[in-house]
Amino acid sequence: MTARTTEEPVLELAAITKTYQVKQGLFTRPRPLHALGGVSLRLHRKDVLGLVGESGCGKSTLAKILLGLEKPTTGRVLVDGKEVGGKDRRMLARRIQPIFQDPYSSLNPSKTIEEIVGLPLVVHAIGDSASRQRAVANMLDLVGLPQRVRRGFPGQLSGGQRQRIAIARALIIKPEIVICDEPTSALDVSVQSQILNLLSDLRNELGLTYLFISHNLAVVEHLATRVAVMYLGRIVEEAPAHELFAGPRHPYTRALLASVLTPDPALSIPDMELGISYPNPIDPPSGCHFHPRCAAATDICASTPPPHIQGRSGHVDCHLFRQAADEAAIVPA
Amino acid sequence: MEHPAADTILAVEGLTVDIPVSHGTLHAVRGIDFNLRRGETLCIVGESGSGKSLTSLSIMGLLGKRLKVGARKMEFAGTDLRSLSQAALRELRGNRMAMIFQEPMTSLNPAYTIGDQLTEALLLHRKVSRRDARARAVEVLGKVGITAAESRLAQYPHQLSGGLRQRVMIAMALMCKPELIIADEPTTALDVTIQAQILRLLADLKREMNLALILVTHDLGVVARIADRVAVMYAGEIVESGTAEEIFKRPSHPYTRGLMRCIPVPGRTKPGEPLGSIPGIVPSLIDRVEGCAFRSRCEFAEGACAKPIPERTAASGHVYRCVRPVQEERAA
Repeated sequence: MTARTTEEPVLELAAITKTYQVKQGLFTRPRPLHALGGVSLRLHRKDVLGLVGESGCGKSTLAKILLGLEKPTTGRVLVDGKEVGGKDRRMLARRIQPIFQDPYSSLNPSKTIEEIVGLPLVVHAIGDSASRQRAVANMLDLVGLPQRVRRGFPGQLSGGQRQRIAIARALIIKPEIVICDEPTSALDVSVQSQILNLLSDLRNELGLTYLFISHNLAVVEHLATRVAVMYLGRIVEEAPAHELFAGPRHPYTRALLASVLTPDPALSIPDMELGISYPNPIDPPSGCHFHPRCAAATDICASTPPPHIQGRSGHVDCHLFRQAADEAAIVPA
Repeated sequence: MEHPAADTILAVEGLTVDIPVSHGTLHAVRGIDFNLRRGETLCIVGESGSGKSLTSLSIMGLLGKRLKVGARKMEFAGTDLRSLSQAALRELRGNRMAMIFQEPMTSLNPAYTIGDQLTEALLLHRKVSRRDARARAVEVLGKVGITAAESRLAQYPHQLSGGLRQRVMIAMALMCKPELIIADEPTTALDVTIQAQILRLLADLKREMNLALILVTHDLGVVARIADRVAVMYAGEIVESGTAEEIFKRPSHPYTRGLMRCIPVPGRTKPGEPLGSIPGIVPSLIDRVEGCAFRSRCEFAEGACAKPIPERTAASGHVYRCVRPVQEERAA
């Protein structure tokens, strides 16, 4: 852990904010919706950063910014220490590629598999037609699909096979970073495990870095090396996966972990005591955004935004914690 | 299968669903039996195409005419569902038996208020005034944990969050005090935090109202926490059934065990290690299917698997369809 801090991060997000102007009625003034409220993250080579949080917390907005599909309102995205964004989305696309959730809607049904997988090479004008064909053949081998699917169409493939196609298409231009947005949640259990195993093998073989967005915490625990927990556009806790799962700090992280239903018939359904539902992001609660749902909230939580407490291996934004005297550990306040 | 007890609410024997396709017949559900008692939760587990949703729709009589449903027995509270007219079936549906669907976004009508949709079944089935129906709607919304229920009645589905919509769906199912609820993947589209709340709600309501509940799901975590009994479906058959405790402690069919090895379990599977998988794909169910449908994917398959598979008993009420005796595999 100490060795890697000296290493340059392959991807760095510096204080990214994203604000949308939302109109709620025909004659009302647009109001700002803060989808991301200052997100900073560092991914090192071969990291798998699990990004978890409820619907509407800003996970997908963050993914879109990383893919260059949305521009941040403020903040910077750095790949290998160099700022990206602006006009060079094509450069960004060579380094960062996505795998989306639904392999039924993310593949063009009227193109052959060969065209779909080879398209990024055409877009980036890499190689000639013969070398592209060889590259497609290699990719199909890599993701475990038979060569005969090349002339076929997505409609002839199963969900798991389509997701393999999506992975082949993402990896054909040799990106360093892959954004996996719920890559297995549309798949059956037995297929999910195959895709997770494949993603894990590819990371080891090709030295890939993943941002792994998922609501399935058991899957995140299995795959991630680091975990970031998002709530209403902010990362409220970030830590190495084994630390976070062994000792979650933020009350929201604890509630999320408690909601994981392990297949143990001796246990009943947990009560996370989250009470009211997820707040409306256009009217976020005062102070700590989580305080109305937090069992441990005190007066200060309702009035003052939580402090950012940085430890050696991660951080937590919560009034319940403080930095230890030696500045390396996070301890209860 | 065990003998129907006095408080049996649903008894199904030899249920089949056949779908005519251009080149033959697709046997989507191939002769399944189960009983359900009042106050009991049965989870039907299986992957896409296993026939679990068709099974629940056929009980509700919601399958189109093109699909052929057959059964030796299909009784709801002593009434033979097979011989009921459409009118008589409508009398039961939404009234004494109700269904909760997976997608609360698409199964609520966007053009009607929550209040209209909640009271519709009650006004249809019972001789009640609009005022009484609205009072019942407020009561039921309160029961499913929706605050400010009165003001919700005038709202439209798009004004509610996903979790609230699913609560409204559950409230709709409860309006006429049903005896049986069939829920098809009721929490799959929801956040994990909301999922736990909805499942707690279903479990509480079941206890409180002595409901019989059939929960169709592919999530083994949900099954373990809520089921009294479990039926595992594969390719249109129940390949294993028993109490939740038995199924999770001693899964006996190779498919059930395969499924359990596929999912990462915090504290049990080692992070980063390969997960178990089930190679191959579900066989075609068009025309005659003989022997065990899982044999092409099964690591233990042998000659006898191509012949009809007898039902074996692993423990009281725990049966499975496999030619290999369970003791032998457990020792392995």
